[in-house]
Amino acid sequence: MRAPLSWLRDYAPFPDDVDLLARTLSELGLVVDGVERVGEGLDGVVVARVAAIRPHPQADRIRLVDVDRGDGGGETLQVACGAWNFAEGDLVPFATVGAVLPGGMEIGRRKMRGEWSNGMLCSPSEVGLPPVPGVDGLLILEPGLAAPGTPFADALGIEPDVVFDLDVTANRPDALCVAGVARDLAAALQLPFTWPDVGAVAVDPALPAAAVRVDPAASSLCPRFTGTVLEGVRVGPSPAWIARRLTLAGMRPINNVVDVSNYVMLDVGQPNHAYDLATLGGGGIEVRRARADEQVVTLDGATRTLQPDDCVICDATSVPVGIAGVMGGADSEISDATTSVLLEAAWFAPMAVARTGTRLRLTSEARHRFERGVDPLVADRAVARFADLLAAAGNPGLRRGPTTDVRDEGELPAPPTVVLRTARVAALLGAPLTDDEVAGLLTRLGFGCRPHGDGVFAVEIPSWRPDSDREIDVVEEVARLHGYGRIPRTLPTAPRTAAGLTPHQQGRRRVRAALVGAGLSEAWTTTFLAPGDLERAGLPGGAVRVANPLDAAESLLRTSLLPGLLKAVRHNVDRQQPDVRLFEVGRVFDLPIGDATLPAETELLGVVCAGAGVDGRLAARLWGRLAAGLRLAAPPGEALVAAAAPGLHPGRSAHVVDPNGQPLGVLGEVDDEVARAYGVPGRLAWLQVDLARLLALPTAPWAAPAISRFPASDIDLAFLVPASVPAAAVAATIRSAAAGGPAPLESVRLFDAYRDPSLGEGRRSLAYRLRFRSDERTLTDAEIGAARTAVIAAVESACDAALRA
Amino acid sequence: MTTIADEAVAARDAALAAIAAADSPEQLGRVGAEVNGKRSALAQLNARLGALDPAERAAAGAAVGAARAAVTEALDARRAALRAEARRAQVEAERLDLTEWAELPGEGAALPDAGHFHLVTVTRDLLEDAFTALGFAIAEGPEAETDWYNFEALNMPPAHPARGMWDTLYLELGEPETVLLRTHTSPVQVRLMEQQRPPIYAVMPGRCYRRDTPDARHLPVFHQLEGLVVDEGITMGDLAGTIEAFTTAFFGPGMRSRLRPSYFPFTEPSAEFEVTCPICGGAGCRTCSGSGWLELGGCGMVDPNVFAAVGIDPERYSGFAFGFGIDRLAQVRTQLPDMRTLLDNDLRFLAAF
Repeated sequence: MRAPLSWLRDYAPFPDDVDLLARTLSELGLVVDGVERVGEGLDGVVVARVAAIRPHPQADRIRLVDVDRGDGGGETLQVACGAWNFAEGDLVPFATVGAVLPGGMEIGRRKMRGEWSNGMLCSPSEVGLPPVPGVDGLLILEPGLAAPGTPFADALGIEPDVVFDLDVTANRPDALCVAGVARDLAAALQLPFTWPDVGAVAVDPALPAAAVRVDPAASSLCPRFTGTVLEGVRVGPSPAWIARRLTLAGMRPINNVVDVSNYVMLDVGQPNHAYDLATLGGGGIEVRRARADEQVVTLDGATRTLQPDDCVICDATSVPVGIAGVMGGADSEISDATTSVLLEAAWFAPMAVARTGTRLRLTSEARHRFERGVDPLVADRAVARFADLLAAAGNPGLRRGPTTDVRDEGELPAPPTVVLRTARVAALLGAPLTDDEVAGLLTRLGFGCRPHGDGVFAVEIPSWRPDSDREIDVVEEVARLHGYGRIPRTLPTAPRTAAGLTPHQQGRRRVRAALVGAGLSEAWTTTFLAPGDLERAGLPGGAVRVANPLDAAESLLRTSLLPGLLKAVRHNVDRQQPDVRLFEVGRVFDLPIGDATLPAETELLGVVCAGAGVDGRLAARLWGRLAAGLRLAAPPGEALVAAAAPGLHPGRSAHVVDPNGQPLGVLGEVDDEVARAYGVPGRLAWLQVDLARLLALPTAPWAAPAISRFPASDIDLAFLVPASVPAAAVAATIRSAAAGGPAPLESVRLFDAYRDPSLGEGRRSLAYRLRFRSDERTLTDAEIGAARTAVIAAVESACDAALRA
Repeated sequence: MTTIADEAVAARDAALAAIAAADSPEQLGRVGAEVNGKRSALAQLNARLGALDPAERAAAGAAVGAARAAVTEALDARRAALRAEARRAQVEAERLDLTEWAELPGEGAALPDAGHFHLVTVTRDLLEDAFTALGFAIAEGPEAETDWYNFEALNMPPAHPARGMWDTLYLELGEPETVLLRTHTSPVQVRLMEQQRPPIYAVMPGRCYRRDTPDARHLPVFHQLEGLVVDEGITMGDLAGTIEAFTTAFFGPGMRSRLRPSYFPFTEPSAEFEVTCPICGGAGCRTCSGSGWLELGGCGMVDPNVFAAVGIDPERYSGFAFGFGIDRLAQVRTQLPDMRTLLDNDLRFLAAF
């Protein structure tokens, strides 16, 4: 909403302090997106005539123009100009040397490619005017507008003005007109708000009342329709002041009837439509529901197909001439031949207009206002204002007929009366406002305030505030006008029951810290996948689909973090950064389980590594680091079970399992084919686990360990172990064999794994360092020897292994 | 004829010269044995003292004693000097340019490359910490939601015009337009109020989705943090004070906040909140369009209709809610020119935070 200050002053004597006005508007919630100062910086800009156009000897893209600036002697000035939209004889704005334009550009005499340019011919924006649609280049003035040399501002009747560009929120349709903005601003500045007088053109009872019929079946869509016949219309240009105000408000002047229609909408907020009475079949209006698949050609020339939920305006012969509240039709448009007008000022049901507009994908100023809620009572003022303005716009003989007002009071919103407790105001705002202060604030905004018991008011909501119908809405009005900034700032003081991170949230941070500590960086990839991403990653399909993606590449929800992280690896590899170590914590989505409505959502941890020396082993090592970082109770190897997993190298993949053997994730090496499909050379390590289940794994007791002060005894044992027996199983056998023996086993660590054909088919050597230590004494050689014997016997029998000599 | 005293002086001088000439600890050890040992000249002079008559013995004894003391002292001093020199030589031999080692990878003791947290999660962590310090819990909820939680329970019945404020991505599940990707973290507020009776003091960080074409300032996938307080006697002053406390806690002292009226279907009164521009400190710059203030997010008092939807008595309880974009905040604080960089996961970017 663009509100020129000069127009706002029709309603209240606003001061010149533009900063104060802008600040006040913003504090009222009418946020000022911009303040434009119009008509400044036009000193030194004159109307000039293009006398001759010559090519520039040194340049193709600029030309030399001889400009007649009306110095009397017929002498011209040479100007170099890069615009091409003008011809000899055109009148254009000319900024003379020394002028400082609205944008701050200072005009000097300068050489362009060796030719002097003595000033500048201006585009609309260079002289602070809105662009002319479809025109690129200079502002071409109307022929004969003014003699060359006339100051440009005088020629266009430009007076200095200020335009506030307001961002009006969806709940404030009342502020979509100048009167509404002025009402709020006047209330805040404690200035009197007055409606200008209307009715200069009195109702002429000799004219027939407009013929209007609203089909009862449509009265819920159109609870009020007023029609007024205006005779003696002569279509022509609008007077300069109307054209100027419309231009400042961002609309293009067209002719006096259309301009007055727009003016009234911008002024008092009533969208309205002027039909050429002569072209209306039957000389009247019928409002009805559209028939199924009924077609209408709208003003923009497009054919629209309607449905019975849509409300159409028809002529008296039931031929549609417009879509109610959205857009007028092409056939009954005002033309130069128009002499009689039927003026529509109606109130259409907001939800109906919204529905129709959304389905037809049609936006318009009228729809914008109707779907938010127009003041149902403002039509009368709008009609009177329309007649007065049209008379002033070159129609001194205009006659106004009686208004036909078809209403369904049951459907028309009746502004409610709300009970307001001032104690409630104070309690919700935390600001101790008295009864008088509350009533004073509301009255200034046009809310009627009647005492209704002790500390209670019956508040009559004004018809222009459809957003207000509850006590809380009125509380907001009090707060808004009182000023949010004046509410004392406090902190809640009540005791809190719970604060801080949950165990899961703490665990997630520990996981991230452990991986960053292991040299990985955290990534975040999009939740969306493109069709084919899962298949390329060797993963099963069946992802949840997005119904209305903007881009097919975002049409699926990820079921795994693998595709996204592979793309991240690819991004880096393609940029000469081959050593990539990334992890991500994020949600994946599977189809709903059973009767569930929502997808099954799982928070996963994904880890990917690429680069020199990387293969599936790194995934296992990182799992070990993660297990250590999370203080998992079980040795990391015991949670791994060799098993194939989609997308992974079949011989280099394992499931990560919980103590019951239930998988919670996978790790290993990305299948070579998958890596190639994602354009990543070399081997990749991959780990993905369900974060919640990872964090639910048993952890080591949170208890201070006994630190023995006695020396440890280490022994090294190397076994020949068949390939079918995992190293973790050997370690487990060692632990259980040593348990309960005379020498407590403190730790067992695999320190060498060796493969060689000489060791025998399918066997490898695994060397472990066993550390024994007692809390109570130094262990004897005999005790260590006994433990050693027991361990060897157990491993040889349980693991089909042989001690290496 | 030379006296014993004279001989002691001569022996001392010879010993001192030998000590001074020793240039290694080993050599000094040998010299020490020669000049101070049992067979040394001074020891022999000492042995001859017994043969002197008592009158001479005192003076000669003193002379020999002084000579031996001088030799012992010289030996100690020379030993210390040689040790210091050896230490100095060792230090020189082991001297490193440690600036090399701050950058040389893969040599010496193995050390993994440094990993980095992501800018967005770092920002989220900082926000969580600021709010937990203010007494808030952290709540989370699903990213795929029903229409009820995302819109209807938030005072936006079907076809409510305010739904147009969010461009929604729907999922092909159930009836059309019933399951969606949440457009804000507000559904978590509804779930929290359903599950937990007041008092509620919680913030809700998480990923949200909008049907937007990515550009320098918007991604269709983004992160938001919302806060919810529901308790007896909560006022709009508490909202303004909490925003102010958070602003100072997160951005630092001297940073202020302000509220101005706005509109959200789920709050009444509603406000937008602005903070002192963290780039210019309020002086006015390009980031804040010269205003000195940066619009951060929306907030307001929980609308009674929202309380009604979750069965909380609005006459007994009141509350406030607020929300803002985590990525947007990260973008402003790091002056990230283009938000789309966040999704590239380029190592040069990740390593910057």
